[in-house]
Amino acid sequence: MLLSVLLHGFACLAGPVLMVGMIQRTKAVFAGRRGPPLLQFVSDLLKLFRRGVVLSRTTSWVFLAGPVIGLVTAALALLLLPLGRHAAWLSFEGDFVLFACALGLGRFFTVAAALDTGSPFEGMGGAREVTLGALAEPALFMGFMVLARATDAGSLSDMLGGSMTAAWRESGASLTAIGLSWCLVLLAENARIPFDDPTTHLELTMIHEAMILDHTGPFLALIFLASSLRLFVFSLLLVGLVVPFGTLETPVSVLVALAGALAVALSIGIVESVLARLRLVQVPKLMVASVLMAAFGAVLLVGNA
Amino acid sequence: MTSLLTIRNGTAAPLRTIPILGAVEFAEAVVGAPARGRRVASLFALPWGTSRAPHLAVVLAHDDAGVLECGVTEIVGHRFASMTESCPEVHLFEREIAENWSVVPEGHPWLKPVRRWQTPNDTTTAEFFQMAGDEIHEVAVGPVHAGVIEPGHFRFQCHGEHVFHLEIALGYQHRGIEGALVGGPKKRTIHQIETLAGDTTIGHAIAYCQLIEALIEEPATARGRTLRAIALELERLANHVGDLGALAGDVGFLPTASFCGRLRGDLLNMTALLSGNRFGRGLVRPTGVALDCEPARGQMLLERLHAAARDIEDAVSLLWTSPSVMSRFEEVGRVTTATARSLGLVGPAARASGLARDVRAHHAGDFFGASPFDLVTNEAGDVFSRAYVRWLETRWALDFVRARLLGLPDGPIRARENVPSTLGASLFAVSLVEGWRGEICHVAATDDGGRFLAYKVVDPSFHNWMGLQMALRDQQISDFPLCNKSFNLSYCGHDL
Repeated sequence: MLLSVLLHGFACLAGPVLMVGMIQRTKAVFAGRRGPPLLQFVSDLLKLFRRGVVLSRTTSWVFLAGPVIGLVTAALALLLLPLGRHAAWLSFEGDFVLFACALGLGRFFTVAAALDTGSPFEGMGGAREVTLGALAEPALFMGFMVLARATDAGSLSDMLGGSMTAAWRESGASLTAIGLSWCLVLLAENARIPFDDPTTHLELTMIHEAMILDHTGPFLALIFLASSLRLFVFSLLLVGLVVPFGTLETPVSVLVALAGALAVALSIGIVESVLARLRLVQVPKLMVASVLMAAFGAVLLVGNA
Repeated sequence: MTSLLTIRNGTAAPLRTIPILGAVEFAEAVVGAPARGRRVASLFALPWGTSRAPHLAVVLAHDDAGVLECGVTEIVGHRFASMTESCPEVHLFEREIAENWSVVPEGHPWLKPVRRWQTPNDTTTAEFFQMAGDEIHEVAVGPVHAGVIEPGHFRFQCHGEHVFHLEIALGYQHRGIEGALVGGPKKRTIHQIETLAGDTTIGHAIAYCQLIEALIEEPATARGRTLRAIALELERLANHVGDLGALAGDVGFLPTASFCGRLRGDLLNMTALLSGNRFGRGLVRPTGVALDCEPARGQMLLERLHAAARDIEDAVSLLWTSPSVMSRFEEVGRVTTATARSLGLVGPAARASGLARDVRAHHAGDFFGASPFDLVTNEAGDVFSRAYVRWLETRWALDFVRARLLGLPDGPIRARENVPSTLGASLFAVSLVEGWRGEICHVAATDDGGRFLAYKVVDPSFHNWMGLQMALRDQQISDFPLCNKSFNLSYCGHDL
């Protein structure tokens, strides 16, 4: 039991950092470069924490609250997620509603902080982010609905833990649809290609990056940290859905989940290396496809029962 | 009706042979140029006669005949009738003349500064075009940008993501080069020319040297000309390959972006192998080139070129076979053939809109030796078209450089070591070169002491910036960086 707790704690700390490093490495290999060290992200964060902060006179407390609330809500979401068969730190009936609301709250404050600067870029980024979020959230919720129904469970720990193995046998078709839908949600929510280009310096094309253009130093570090947590959270969600932990020993299943998250990072790296970004007008269309896919999963399940 | 003086590219004529037209006759010649298959290569004010009063001078390029036509007219009472409304391609030229000479082109629809934003006796306005209405908003970008690029200010009139109008304001890099060249050639002139636009060092240097050769009536040697052509095409290769990579980067397509970045470096290093400088500074000099390409060096260049050609083919072909890239390139930033013609676009941007304009095809003489020249055009006028024209030109240039390296003529690399400090007196000369961005036009007039009376430089960017503004009409604002890169215009070449 203690071993599982320790492993769970380790995975939550190391997972986000390793995922970022993994994506960078994968892209570097595809580009024919050696790439930065695996833990470069940590050095970047430490560097940012040592830096000063420049604040525009037009901003208010909202501008500073954005990064803080973004990080807190992402951490809360992580606390609500089980790792492998090891239950979440915080678990209760209907906790997935809190999970989705926490992420939604984080988005709201990130956008509010962006609007607070009054810059046209940030406003544009905020508008795009909200458009994307309005379509990603239904897909997420519809997925939870199907999962709750298929596993007959009310909390994330019960849904994504061991009971998923049986659910795949019962309603594999619905879960496949949800899995595909969540893949798109994962890429969209984390500002990855084909939805957004996290490495671009072109303000006019940015979505997520445009909203954080005015943040500096420690506040930028908080944003980066929150982004890595969100990436880890969404990957765990996907891993919990598709990996049948079944009867694995709990400590082993925690490690399997971590490995799964790294595999997701590898896949993201590959996707970003072989695909170009979508034209911005096409992005909502792909998100609608994600919602429809999730709805299709729900319909299949209802038909099943 | 053509009472204009006809000369060829890279030749000089006595100033007194240029006909002085009446204002109406002059305007007819300029406005009627597009209909008669001519286009405006340069329009500027030339100090004329003993009074040095500014006269309007025009150089029209007649591509089909391979000749240039020149004429001047007097500017009476500091004003002349604007020709922009009936001939949009002179729009920026007229603004430039108004700014430099304090004359008024009467009836100009959008008279505002080109480069100097605080002119002493300001009769013009620096206001931007603005739209009004619910939910219409304005986005201002620059002159300080997020990347390390040149300064320029972009003003978008938007409705959500939709761009109705883009206006570009430049001039932040204005150094007053044209003014500094008057009274030359001096010792530093060639160096000033090489830094007109750093990425077009070879192109501008060749244009200048052709001009000097015309003014001293001493042509470049055969070997010198061939080495110039090789350097010019290497410059084109480096920039086209770099642009294709940057276009891939703008749509987030990693493989081509990263490999082309490296390949551009390899190609610049080939120029460095020829001249010791990655941009080719110090290579092109009047009557030839300053540095020879010995057989061993030529062999090394061939080997490097062979390796680069293979990698370029691999990296760039990925673009055309990736649907995700093609869906970003196609039907974005379209400039129709009619728009391109009326704006007087040049270079790959013009050819991508279906205009067969290339100095190498029409005004190059024997610059390219025996190699057949492919004039590449594409009708679509979108980002894809501009990228694909670059790619076809890249392929041709690779073959051309290899063929020329194998067939280098023997003989001296330049006819004379030093340029005389005085040129032929009272002459007028025009020199055109197809740089990688398009037509580079240098025009010079000498005074009776054989010094530059006026020196006019037209960088291809000067013609094409308006094309970018038109390409953005009714586009998504998020596609601007892609459209911008597909033109890849020079700021300092425009600002001079």
